[in-house]
Amino acid sequence: MRMSPARVWRERGARYRLEGSKCKRCGRVFYPPKPACPYCGSLEVEKVELPKRGKIISYTIEYTVPEGYRHLAPLIIALIELENGVKVLAPLTDVKPDEVYIGMPVEATLRRVWEESDEGLIVYGIKFTPTTS
Amino acid sequence: MAKIDRHYDKGFQELVHMAVKNLVNDVKLFSPEAIVVGNMMSSSLFQQDSLAALVADAVGLRGRGGFKVEAACGSGGHAIAAGYALVASGLYNQVLVVGVEKMSDYPTATTTAALAQAADFEHEAIYGASFVALNALVMRLYMHRYEAKREDLAIWPVRMHEYGSQNPYAQLRNRITIEDVLKSAVIADPIRLMDSSPIGDGAAAILLASEDVARKISDTPIQIAGVGMGSDGLDLASREDLLNPMSIRMAAEKAYKMAGVGPRDIDVAEIHDAFTITALLSIEGLGFAGLGESWKLIKDGRFAAGDKPSINLSGGLKARGHPVGATGVYQVAEIAMQLRGDFPGVKVGKAEYGLAMNTGGVATLTTVTILKR
Ligand SMILES: CC(C)(COP(=O)(O)OP(=O)(O)OC[C@H]1O[C@@H](n2cnc3c(N)ncnc32)[C@H](O)[C@@H]1OP(=O)(O)O)[C@@H](O)C(=O)NCCC(=O)NCCS
Ligand SMILES: [Zn+2]
Repeated sequence: MRMSPARVWRERGARYRLEGSKCKRCGRVFYPPKPACPYCGSLEVEKVELPKRGKIISYTIEYTVPEGYRHLAPLIIALIELENGVKVLAPLTDVKPDEVYIGMPVEATLRRVWEESDEGLIVYGIKFTPTTS
Repeated sequence: MAKIDRHYDKGFQELVHMAVKNLVNDVKLFSPEAIVVGNMMSSSLFQQDSLAALVADAVGLRGRGGFKVEAACGSGGHAIAAGYALVASGLYNQVLVVGVEKMSDYPTATTTAALAQAADFEHEAIYGASFVALNALVMRLYMHRYEAKREDLAIWPVRMHEYGSQNPYAQLRNRITIEDVLKSAVIADPIRLMDSSPIGDGAAAILLASEDVARKISDTPIQIAGVGMGSDGLDLASREDLLNPMSIRMAAEKAYKMAGVGPRDIDVAEIHDAFTITALLSIEGLGFAGLGESWKLIKDGRFAAGDKPSINLSGGLKARGHPVGATGVYQVAEIAMQLRGDFPGVKVGKAEYGLAMNTGGVATLTTVTILKR
């Protein structure tokens, strides 16, 4: 896998702050952000920060894990519906596979996602954990 | 078509040569004026672009122009659509469409990393989500929403292996039981090894010709009656409904309309069952079953040989195999043979309309091709 510092920097909004887009025409909010609305086709959208809490709609426990992510195996990938109805796909962390269920309340946290090498680039991003309070 | 296998002794050119040689024996005059290649991973796994030139020299067609079409695992179906357009526009009278893929040269992890490029890199693969994992998440949602049990979803792969065992071109020719499926290794829960298409190498070729040329060079030409394409979100999160992929509906609607037929008119179909869940979404998206109904109909024995439509008599991606960018071309070749009555495996019997549906990504880029005898 290859990653450039410019790319990590460019993609920081969605990945560090959970920034999505809001359509200026139909008003729908969505994630990941895009320069156009996938629902009504409008080319006018604006950035919005999304709520950090939601619940699990579906998930998988990944046993055959790609290189670079093996230390995380088994990896749990979930589709999460945030409090405002927007959906986000992200890994779960700090939870055991057999504790996860559909409907589980979760919240976003900033974690390390991928490392190039001991001295290389590090990609950070949003992961979700079971809601604490 | 070349038998799908782990062809360690054959490169792109040898595989293409094998497939095209079969085709040349099938027509009276083989003289394509252009080449379209369906392929996904020549660039990511073999550092090779400019694939149409490689193909041209594999079959003695230097001089003829062409290009590669990439739509991940749906590349083959899209290559057919592009080839069809070149002929239908009147630009060329004969176009060679080749689907070719080599997947077995590397360890599974290397190949699956390349396959993961079918999904959204920025928002999915970067988290370590494999392509199987994304499909697994959709499968769990399906089982949850429609209250389908795991064993109900094991019927499909058992049926595919049965058909594959009778197809000389199939990669997996062993029969399996429900028990085998339920005991096989979990790749990404709930997807098991026996829910997954295998990794293999293959090539298939089709000659597309204008109507008058087709009549001259073949006694049994098959007509392309409808072609449709569609897309859904590259990422899964922003999709309207993960269990009702827009790409399949859009592609099917266009192809049915162009052919002047509907789902009830199709006698035989080859659909994209990269995973068991993909079969269910495809059957529903094509209108052969209502949303959430396909698994029940399969349990009732529907879509098997002899039913209308009979689906995946080749063994499907599950057992025939899935050399990703070549698969869509295999499917159209198989349907053409079914309509002519010379498919070498399980036969449909008398059939007028056939359908091939191929998709790249998690039903992200789909083509539907309708053939008529
Ligand atoms: C499922 C998968 C991970 C298995 O790969 P693997 O673990 O390397 O499997 P191996 O090659 O080690 O095979 C182990 C055994 O299982 C068999 N096998 C491999 N894949 C199989 C499959 N999909 N179904 C049934 N049997 C399979 C092999 O023939 C082998 O049997 P043997 O020991 O008797 O020879 C791999 O096939 C895969 O990733 N498939 C999905 C491909 C994909 O995503 N395609 C794109 C979809 S659009
Ligand atoms: Zn809009």
